[in-house]
Amino acid sequence: MDIKLQQVSYAYSMGTPFEKYALFDVDLTIPHGTYQAIIGHTGSGKSTILQHFNGLLKPSKGQVHIGDRLIVAGKKAKELKPIRQKVGIVFQFPEHQLFEETVLKDIMFGPMNFGVSAEVAQKRARDLIKLVGLSEETLDKSPFDLSGGQMRRVAIAGVLAMEPEVIVLDEPTAGLDPRGQREIMDMFYSLHKERQLTTILVTHSMEDAARYADNIAIMHEGKCVLSGTPREIFADSKTLEQYRLEPPHIVRFQAKIERLMNQPLSRICLTEEELADEVARALREGRDKQ
Amino acid sequence: MTEILSFQNVSFSYTPDQPDKRKAVQNVSFSVNEGEWIAIVGHNGSGKSTMVKLVSGLLFPQEGEVRVMRNVLTEENLWETRSNIGMVFQNPDNQFVGATVQDDVAFALENSGVPYEEMVERVHTSLSQVKMDKFLNHEPHHLSGGQKQRVAIAGAIAMKPKLLILDEATSMLDPQGRDEVLKTVRELRKEIGLTVLSITHDVEEALFADRILFMNDGKKYAEGTPSEIFALGDKLIEFGLELPFAMRMTKLFQLKGVQLAGQHMTEEELVNDLWTSNFNK
Amino acid sequence: MMEKMIFGRYIPGDSFVHKLDPRSKLVFVFAFIIVVFLANNVMTYAFLIVFTLLVIFMSRIRLYFLLNGLKPIIFLLVFTFLIHIFFTREGDILFELGFFKIYEEGLRQGVFISIRFLVLVLMTSILTLTTSPISITDGIEVLLNPLKKLKLPVHELALMMSIALRFIPTLMDETDKIMKAQMARGSDLSAGPMKERIKAVVPLLVPLFVSAFKRAEDLATAMEVRGYRGGEGRTRYRQLEWHWQDTISLILLVAMTILLVLYRS
Repeated sequence: MDIKLQQVSYAYSMGTPFEKYALFDVDLTIPHGTYQAIIGHTGSGKSTILQHFNGLLKPSKGQVHIGDRLIVAGKKAKELKPIRQKVGIVFQFPEHQLFEETVLKDIMFGPMNFGVSAEVAQKRARDLIKLVGLSEETLDKSPFDLSGGQMRRVAIAGVLAMEPEVIVLDEPTAGLDPRGQREIMDMFYSLHKERQLTTILVTHSMEDAARYADNIAIMHEGKCVLSGTPREIFADSKTLEQYRLEPPHIVRFQAKIERLMNQPLSRICLTEEELADEVARALREGRDKQ
Repeated sequence: MTEILSFQNVSFSYTPDQPDKRKAVQNVSFSVNEGEWIAIVGHNGSGKSTMVKLVSGLLFPQEGEVRVMRNVLTEENLWETRSNIGMVFQNPDNQFVGATVQDDVAFALENSGVPYEEMVERVHTSLSQVKMDKFLNHEPHHLSGGQKQRVAIAGAIAMKPKLLILDEATSMLDPQGRDEVLKTVRELRKEIGLTVLSITHDVEEALFADRILFMNDGKKYAEGTPSEIFALGDKLIEFGLELPFAMRMTKLFQLKGVQLAGQHMTEEELVNDLWTSNFNK
Repeated sequence: MMEKMIFGRYIPGDSFVHKLDPRSKLVFVFAFIIVVFLANNVMTYAFLIVFTLLVIFMSRIRLYFLLNGLKPIIFLLVFTFLIHIFFTREGDILFELGFFKIYEEGLRQGVFISIRFLVLVLMTSILTLTTSPISITDGIEVLLNPLKKLKLPVHELALMMSIALRFIPTLMDETDKIMKAQMARGSDLSAGPMKERIKAVVPLLVPLFVSAFKRAEDLATAMEVRGYRGGEGRTRYRQLEWHWQDTISLILLVAMTILLVLYRS
């Protein structure tokens, strides 16, 4: 299922004296099965754009394709429910959406809203609770007795239980400790790989975008200003600077090493492992030449 | 060296009637001296937050003593002690009491009955110290998270506290906001010699500290300078933390057979070592 | 819909009215509410209208904006007007259609009551439009201060009000966020039969309460740690200043009252 935004603009409080545009002419195509990162500062429009992916907001101008559905500005869009089942959104601090008496019921809430039987929903909950790294006993507890990190995992399970084809993640690791951050990000990455789950990561972390994404779009003041593979985006740190962003730590560190060695490495490294490999190889080659 | 804060064999349990349950804080001792920056690190649930509550007198230890300015903290001297301690909490929204930036900074001053003229002067000075003096009349919902936390810092230092406690004050911020806040704290330390106790799970933040207290399961696992603590290496990872960037790179380089002379905490040291060990021969 | 309401909204500015002390504005509006009832003939109602227009002019709020904001109360206005037309049976008959009659006195009363209603709403709107909520709170606190002797917790009430005002935008954002999150999980607040809709409110209300309690707890901790122990021994950072303009505005009000008393029949 592809998602395609064509010249999408969005204004809050449309038609009142308080009208304010948050998106201008955004074009963005996210093909099925890709891992797309959307990066920008707070207020760049990234949280507005993500609500267009499942019809929570309708464009003020332009159009949005979600699979075979088309949402056009100014026209009434009926029956958005099927879209919402196919595109799951994990909002920032998703633990705030928990409300049921037990974890089990909360995870079942999403799928049952979309007409899944209680039996199937329950089975999904049992599978997912393990996937997100919690024990099966957790299912019978009240979500409000859990720690913040555990609540986050329950909320994520609640979105995954809808079995969406596309998952949108809005800063999924904000406020977690380093181990929690790594576990959550790795879990989404393996879901993406194993189930060809189209993944859209909205973040301000260049590190996560570099490590996981196939494509990166940069948002700045409501516009999509740059788009490309991580290596393309990070090759040009001058342009990034214009948007008050800097390449990930690892890329900046590579630049330091290249200056030291007085020669560029053969490629831009996106992870620490890659950089260690490249430096080791360059040093070996240097020695062999002598 | 003047002692600002110390824990003497402090234990605390949220369920004192169930002695078999693990205590939230178990037999912890440490001290903070004037002018120091101490970081308490540990994963979520390691007892860090309970320690903060013990310092601010929201909780009292069941065993041991908490001393602030060498006085044992008790119910009687609680309010006097609190005026010596400034605190910045995790959630920027939930600690903003005033209707505008200047009202919020003035809140603690009002509480302790500072006269009007002095209050105005202190509000302006502390706001300019955190570089928020252009936002006097801004309302909280028009500020970014980093700005709100800087206002919270201004509110704390307006009271001229002996100790500033940052209770995971950067964990809900974006990278920009985090850098803003940490830069502000570093500058304040230079300007007014502030003593800082920061509770964090961000290792890059802990690197700024003079000493680190490493907590695990309610116990003090280790205490030392950042280089001593991060030399623990895999132990930290096992307990849910990570190593600073430069240390991770050093390890990887050594694994891939790049020659290096030693372990490094900062990028500069690592780059220098790379140079001397590989090129400068 | 919320965006079109102007009642209770504050528009910053620096007009004569904006700069007045909230105390004088509060006293003015309360006194005005009473004074309005002195009017009882064409002359005195004309005074009221002119006076209101003068205040609107001095507040520099666009008349169009004010009238636009009155839309939500037009229904009430028409309703009171019609009640008087239909149910007052005094004076000459002006119009007759079957058993339906309009009397002179009915029309008079209808017009007068509508004017009274209109100037009251306009005046209070101008108060809230030109005074920030927090200034109004300050004003109320100072004006109610004498009631402290009667053990009325004036300071606490004012603090509660100012904190409530400060958290309104935060909680509005939160409501929007939680609503969106539950909609993304297939909950539907805007469609379906009434029973379904009421059920759909639970997933919104529970998280909202949980979060509000969490915020309240955090805020209480933050306030306690920052030395808050009630109003005793506290100094005030927000100072109110009485200027000559405030005295003048009250003199104006007294002058109008005298006029009304002289010209009423």
